[in-house]
Amino acid sequence: MIKTDVAVIGGGPAGMCAAIEAANAGAKVIVFERNLSLGGQLVKQTHMFFGSQKQYASKRGFDISKILRDQISQNKNITVMTNATVIGMYEDGVLTIEHDNKYKKVLPRATVVATGASEKFLPFNNNDLPGIYGAGAVQTLMNVYGVKPGDQVVMVGAGNIGLIVSYQLMQAGVKVNAVIDAAPRIGGYLVHASKIRRMGVPILTSTTVKTAHGTECVEGVTLVKLDENWKEIPDSEFYLPCDNLCIAVGLSPLTELMWQIGIEMAYVPQLGGYVPKSNKNMQTSRPEVFVAGDASGVEEASSAMVEGRIAGLNAAKFLGFKTTDTDSKLADYFEQADSLRSGPVGEKIRAGLKLAELD
Amino acid sequence: MRIEKHPILTFEKGETVTFTYNGTVYSGFKGEPIASALHANGVRTLGHTHDKHRPRGLYCAIGNCSSCLATVNGKPNVRICVEPLTKGMVVTQQNGRGVLKND
Repeated sequence: MIKTDVAVIGGGPAGMCAAIEAANAGAKVIVFERNLSLGGQLVKQTHMFFGSQKQYASKRGFDISKILRDQISQNKNITVMTNATVIGMYEDGVLTIEHDNKYKKVLPRATVVATGASEKFLPFNNNDLPGIYGAGAVQTLMNVYGVKPGDQVVMVGAGNIGLIVSYQLMQAGVKVNAVIDAAPRIGGYLVHASKIRRMGVPILTSTTVKTAHGTECVEGVTLVKLDENWKEIPDSEFYLPCDNLCIAVGLSPLTELMWQIGIEMAYVPQLGGYVPKSNKNMQTSRPEVFVAGDASGVEEASSAMVEGRIAGLNAAKFLGFKTTDTDSKLADYFEQADSLRSGPVGEKIRAGLKLAELD
Repeated sequence: MRIEKHPILTFEKGETVTFTYNGTVYSGFKGEPIASALHANGVRTLGHTHDKHRPRGLYCAIGNCSSCLATVNGKPNVRICVEPLTKGMVVTQQNGRGVLKND
């Protein structure tokens, strides 16, 4: 049995920040990461981040990942286990993991769940054809491994991910034939939309996928226009060729482990689906289990990092590791989280978080 | 399908190695996922379903969705979107459920 003060499940932006904060407060931390290296989805983010300096604004995602990884490797309180998938969480607090093809048990005194999210899918005819990829997969292929996902793409989803990935595709030398979205308005920031429109890519709203075509791989797609009630408009179908149909229709939190130990959950569409209820300190209905990042509700990487810091500090504090600056740090992180979610852009998230509040 | 020039990124590439896929020899970079090496060689159909024999490719590329299962060096149901490529690997398309050999 491996013993530790704090187990952090997931080495993405939220998990890395949680580990750093808990370790700096004096707790011994183990980070369990199922991939071969830390970083999560940050390593494929080539765009510069928004927010303030404290959240690494104007730095690119993969550079932020490098900064956090360096801090972790220099921290004596943190052990990183890669190729380690947490497969079970038990009521007595035990975690079971598969590490380098071996089954092991872990007994932490507190746990931060930072498992992230998985991509949502869309129902349409032939949606299982090869060449129909999630936006994250497209980013992984082209931004991490330098492989083009196709020669011409139709992007489904005009939220921030759809818009940013469309731009990244063009940077990689791939033609984007159109960005479509079923909603009547572009969901993402207009600064991203204008950028790709200037490069000649049409953004078609009130449009959805009817059928993908192809035998062994996708070769094209029939799209259809929607009316104000989201119903298909008769005879409005049109065809676009593509060898990659990219699906960017949102994410669902990965919450399986928290279901296993009966943590109180809530269905919150604004946060991507079922999420654990948590208080301001990112503490769940199991007092020794904290949550951070997309697993607590889908937002973006900047807020995931702030949530990670809040969860890490509080996990340490829960175990009695408190330093003179714990409370001032926490006050600062709460303020940062509020500012990231402020204004009309954060309205949906604020409403969602209210529904996920632990009484 | 490799990106030749990129305005922001440079790609760290491992040593070039050869491997086989359904008996055909391909080359890729050591350490990259098998599916990425196959994709770079234009191979995008990675299997067929056991019931309706519909073609399958990768979907998530991060080991979540299990759409890319293949047999690698005799071991079935390997998620080749996250399995690192090594020299001389024998990869075969898996049609339907994999078979685990008794040894």
